[in-house]
Amino acid sequence: MNQFIDWLSQPWPWYVAGPMIGLTVPALLILGNKSFGISSSLRHVCAMCIPAKIPFFQYNWRKEMWNLVFVFGVLVGGFIATFFMSNPDEIVIAAQTQADLAALGITDFSGLMPSDIFSWENIFTAKGLVFFVLGGFLVGFGTRYAGGCTSGHAIMGISSLQWPSMVATIFFMVGGFLMTQVFLAPLMKLVGF
Amino acid sequence: MKVDRNISEAVCDAPNSQETGEKGMALVKYLILGILFGIVFVKAEIISWFRIQEMFRLDSFHMYGVIGSAIVTGIISIQLIKRLKIKSIAGEEIIIPKKEFRKGQIYGGFVFGLGWAITGACPGPLFAQIGSGFTVVIVTLLSAIAGTWVYGKFSDKLPN
Repeated sequence: MNQFIDWLSQPWPWYVAGPMIGLTVPALLILGNKSFGISSSLRHVCAMCIPAKIPFFQYNWRKEMWNLVFVFGVLVGGFIATFFMSNPDEIVIAAQTQADLAALGITDFSGLMPSDIFSWENIFTAKGLVFFVLGGFLVGFGTRYAGGCTSGHAIMGISSLQWPSMVATIFFMVGGFLMTQVFLAPLMKLVGF
Repeated sequence: MKVDRNISEAVCDAPNSQETGEKGMALVKYLILGILFGIVFVKAEIISWFRIQEMFRLDSFHMYGVIGSAIVTGIISIQLIKRLKIKSIAGEEIIIPKKEFRKGQIYGGFVFGLGWAITGACPGPLFAQIGSGFTVVIVTLLSAIAGTWVYGKFSDKLPN
């Protein structure tokens, strides 16, 4: 039993996490004939709260309540894992990444997220504007324009062998590589790192 | 009856093909599934900004392993469902809507990728980050909702 609890509090390897995430695909299909996808929840929030007579938000969002319940579950799951199953040790980051990020001005490597960026103190600063407001906007705008995110395209779409999802996934990666390798350093300098 | 292209677009991401309506307690199963999913996100550190940085710097196999093995599991599961003609628990034939190719998958995908590397999160991990106590990510989530809204507002003016 103690071994089991130890195992639960360790970080889980990719070969445990990946298949578990993959099993969400058949679980949703069998439980309710539903395709896996998360970014759609953002659209449902728009349709529910701020439709503003925009045709894109005129649909029966009540039928998609399951999606909002699911993402609320993801939030609760994050809470449970962090406060009841958490890893007592510091996160182990690849040495090269840590060195590169330290050179960019990141100093805190203890948690899942660097407090240099992700803290309330940064909210009304240039850092907050880039990492929360701009970053979030690009995620919301981009996923909707692409018609899905990592779950809807990379996992659900490719799993069902749909080539448009492969195209989308390739461009997710292109954008990510370009931001990380080219734009991130000047952007961080610009906001005061 | 008017054919609303937005209705067909609604089946683009996470469509609900079930004919039987679900309310109240019937939704609890999605809550439980979401909780399990959120736990995996945190325990495998997928919600970590550092893990996403490692991925885009090619310094770690972790995220590639997670996404790759999730896809392999998904492919096998869907093939089994198709070949064994497995039905949903409501007894319906399982439907996986076709994703049509649009230019948005290129432009939008690229834009999302830029944001993914900044926030260290795709939409799923955003929710798990908030649950994990990184409450400032609420701002990121609100901005993502705003981004979705702006796309909706100008969707007919964008190349697609």
